[in-house]
Amino acid sequence: MIKLTDVHKSFGTQKVLNGLDLEIPEGMITAIIGPSGEGKSVLLKHIIGLLQPDSGRIEVDGESIQGLRRSQLNRIREKFGMLFQNAALFDSMSVFENVAFPLQEKTKLSGAEIRRRVLSALEDVGLKNVENKFPDELSGGMKKRVGLARAVVLNPKIILFDEPTTGLDPVIKRAIHHLIRETHAKFGFTAVIVSHEIPEIFDIAQNVAMLYQGKILQHGTPEEIQNSTHPVVRQFISGSLDGPIHMV
Amino acid sequence: MFSPVQALGQITIKHVRDLGRMGWFILYSLYMIARRPGRPRYILKQMRFIGTKSLFVIVLTAAFTGMVLGLQGYYTLAKFGSEGMLGTAVALSLIRELGPVLSALMVTGRAGSAITAEIGIMRISEQIDAMETMALDPFKYLITPKFIAAMISLPLLCALFDVVGIYGGWLVGVKLLGVNPGAYFYEMEKSVEWRDVYSGIVKSFSFGIIIAWIGCYKGYFSGHGAEGVSRATTESVVLTSVIILVWDYFLTSILL
Repeated sequence: MIKLTDVHKSFGTQKVLNGLDLEIPEGMITAIIGPSGEGKSVLLKHIIGLLQPDSGRIEVDGESIQGLRRSQLNRIREKFGMLFQNAALFDSMSVFENVAFPLQEKTKLSGAEIRRRVLSALEDVGLKNVENKFPDELSGGMKKRVGLARAVVLNPKIILFDEPTTGLDPVIKRAIHHLIRETHAKFGFTAVIVSHEIPEIFDIAQNVAMLYQGKILQHGTPEEIQNSTHPVVRQFISGSLDGPIHMV
Repeated sequence: MFSPVQALGQITIKHVRDLGRMGWFILYSLYMIARRPGRPRYILKQMRFIGTKSLFVIVLTAAFTGMVLGLQGYYTLAKFGSEGMLGTAVALSLIRELGPVLSALMVTGRAGSAITAEIGIMRISEQIDAMETMALDPFKYLITPKFIAAMISLPLLCALFDVVGIYGGWLVGVKLLGVNPGAYFYEMEKSVEWRDVYSGIVKSFSFGIIIAWIGCYKGYFSGHGAEGVSRATTESVVLTSVIILVWDYFLTSILL
């Protein structure tokens, strides 16, 4: 389980997280929704220790991830995989090398076994015959799939998805959501998905948390969030211009 | 509202913080070199980039530096009737000073800027973050191979610079201006000591560390977007060049 307690984070004078509390249950898909610029990606980066909070506590499986030495933090990070918003593939490496990289560096598997696992992971995300291509030769959707293959190849316990479908066409979006659901069913990891995809995200998430003004405004099942009477949640879900959320 | 004193204080704090971060960066890099230097293939890849791919520019600049030294040296020495000392003048100038400094400046322009741009782009496209999320230390894969490659490549490039420069001086002095070929090499052999060669090697080795240090540091902490990387690249080249020249002065005063 991932637990965030009273987490505060500011960048200069801008307060991004303002006393955030959240519990992410194990083995389930939790979606974090909320307007753009509310700090959803910042929240994900706190969970994996890429950013440190100004105050508050973050625990992964009961272990605090703050104030750790790099080696201690890396031990906790070994539980994680992460799919970045822009996939963050290593652009000087081929698709094969990208997916093989964590296996080569974190395991003692033979070259043949690494090859087998990489091709299998690529096949799991619906990619064939792309292993020799470089990231700049791939479409946005293919990059995300390669990123997903790289995130799951070590079979991590927790996977963080930072806007996995932003900027993709509806068919690819659905395909990526389907892949997340399929891989989750196959591997049973804890998934945390930052997403704007309303209402599609309600179909794949088992828990939904709405982030607004640096705090979790509401947290519950997709049905509870969809039936919420809170004006901010209602406005966000309906995409209405009228309401407490002022974007312009 | 900021008073001038507050503004000055803020600038001072920023620079002190930057200096501390630079100091931490080189100390951690050297620690990682000692502890986990990285796979040989990463180091060889960087040696190919920093060393092998700099060969052309090094040979070209060395040849013309040697040739101009031949011309200038001949003109000056002829005033004292000491044209026979041309080989010594060219060799000592190159081995002690121009070889290490010019080869380092050339590598700074060619490879130092590229190192900053590469790491900066990896930073802004979250590739470094991706590596960290895999519980892998980016220093082991990105930084230390560049340090080791620069520390090995720079002395070798400097040696090549010296040899090509000496033959450039020979071409102008002996072939064009008629200096005695025996005197050119004999006087050189008589005057150049191991200490001169040693000082050139020490200098180019330390310049290699400076190029990798500033190049990697500026990329690792580059600002946001394309503009941030472009600024970091410019700052990297300027700062590396300045530090090389300042460090050269101090090192020369120690090694003389």
